[in-house]
Amino acid sequence: MGQGIICATLPCLQQIAMGKSEMDTQDILKIAHLARLGVDEGEVDAYAENLTKILDFVEQLESVDTEGVVPLAHPLEASQRLRPDEVTETNQREQLQANAPQVEAGLFLVPKVIE
Amino acid sequence: MYRKTIAELGAGLRAGEFSSEELTRALLDRVKRLDGQLNAMVTITEDQAMTAATAADKQLQSDTATLMTGIPFVHKDIFCTKGVKTSCGSKMLDNFISPYDATVTENLAAAGAVMLGKTNMDEFAMGSSNETSFYGPVKNPWDIECVPGGSSGGSAAAVAASYAPAATGTDTGGSIRQPAALCGITGLKPTYGRVSRYGMIAFASSLDQAGPMTRTAEDAAIMLSAMAGFDKRDSTSIDRPVDDYIVGLNRSLDGLTIGLPKEYFGEGLDAGVASIIDASIETYKKLGASVKEISLPNTALAVPAYYVVAPAECSSNLSRFDGVRFGYRCDDPKDLDDLYTRSRGEGFGPEVKRRIMVGAYALSAGYYDAYYLKAQQVRHLIRDDFLKAFEDVDVIMGPTSPSTAFRQGEKADDPITMYLSDIYTIAANLAGLPGMSIPAGFADGLPVGLQLIGNYFDEARMLNVAHQYQQVTDWHRQLPSTFQ
Repeated sequence: MGQGIICATLPCLQQIAMGKSEMDTQDILKIAHLARLGVDEGEVDAYAENLTKILDFVEQLESVDTEGVVPLAHPLEASQRLRPDEVTETNQREQLQANAPQVEAGLFLVPKVIE
Repeated sequence: MYRKTIAELGAGLRAGEFSSEELTRALLDRVKRLDGQLNAMVTITEDQAMTAATAADKQLQSDTATLMTGIPFVHKDIFCTKGVKTSCGSKMLDNFISPYDATVTENLAAAGAVMLGKTNMDEFAMGSSNETSFYGPVKNPWDIECVPGGSSGGSAAAVAASYAPAATGTDTGGSIRQPAALCGITGLKPTYGRVSRYGMIAFASSLDQAGPMTRTAEDAAIMLSAMAGFDKRDSTSIDRPVDDYIVGLNRSLDGLTIGLPKEYFGEGLDAGVASIIDASIETYKKLGASVKEISLPNTALAVPAYYVVAPAECSSNLSRFDGVRFGYRCDDPKDLDDLYTRSRGEGFGPEVKRRIMVGAYALSAGYYDAYYLKAQQVRHLIRDDFLKAFEDVDVIMGPTSPSTAFRQGEKADDPITMYLSDIYTIAANLAGLPGMSIPAGFADGLPVGLQLIGNYFDEARMLNVAHQYQQVTDWHRQLPSTFQ
């Protein structure tokens, strides 16, 4: 976002330059990969342009003084309720798997993962 | 019959003037006849509707009848409905038959309401014009060259064209109020946590809230009574009794203080819209209300904060669509990564992909503090503005949308211009406050909505304030000439 953002201990995405919101082809491909999102080559420039606009637009947040302001996670500051750890659902595997693209013997099928 | 309100139809049903079967049949015929022009429906559930109507006629004879019993409604295609396609306006879920009911679906069914079908919407509720739907754009019944607003555009168009007296909507940044304004109907977004989100396909979980879309405030009160309530299946549902929304509708507005945020009447507001909002405020003064100028100083930050929070939460929520367990799967995936990438790439449309990418970027390592955390801090400031304002006023008013319905394609190329059409509605979502839009007049032949923002859980007062206005105006009774 701004020049002053520090990566702390987390590794940065090397391909995404810090402190700039200008997105290029490489940035889009990197983000699309992170999100496992197929993007056609012909669309990459348009995404780069639009994402740049959006990030430029949200950049105005940077100038706000939020020193000491607690982030608002829930509008009513409610916290998660606890519940007893009890079984409440019955097995509905067949019904739930009726929507699956490919199943066999009660299992979801995907392309071979281990050679 | 199709011009009547829920209250009027309910009275007719209970007096035995007509049956729910007759009413349902008549409205189904109307929907089928008109929807070729508007594209407001994704699915018409004719058989289920007739079965539900028969059951409602029985319920009307029993002591379990409610004010919604036998009343037909259309249901936004974001709510899971058991055994019925629930698409969320996306190719990703075009083949998804929900195995369960959303709590809202369940509550309306238990009240005896009759679902006629599922309404078209922006894909995954991401849009302000209904142009991002996989099923094509919805047309505005007031001018079919114009958009109906979004994302609950199908619901708004359906009520405006009298398909049914009621529709469900959801509102993450204005998706009930803005289409209600653009289509000339009444729409209410409740306090965050008032209506269960269980079974409502998630977009941005800390902002999403469901509510009624109707012609009148009285009908919104009736329908909200059936929808609202604590639900242990929604971890953010608030455990608090539902107020009686009907008993106070006729309360006088003497002594009511209306706050007018100066930031809602500045640059960017269409002059025609502004003069109608001014006139509606004059009407409120005649009803006994007093007016006070207030300031919500962080208003300009609402849209940018929203476009960090909402995409971040969307990128997380939509990671469940992976082509493995349900939804769209690409042909011939060569490996697992290819399966994920192509299923998501082919199953999502451009606006959804854009928001997932913005969210993935904002949440990625090294950027979380700069974007998401910062936006959540700004969100706190925005909420504090409202809390301060509500120390002095009972309800806040202003325009729902800066302009009337715009033409299809007009804003489709520039996301920022489109995002700014929600400039007055987004803050209520960030703060979790209830908001409403009611018909207030017309500018160049297109409807204008007056927005009301209430304090937390003050839906009953807001409905009262809206209802009193509708007792002395008839904007909510106007029907589009080609769909009368």
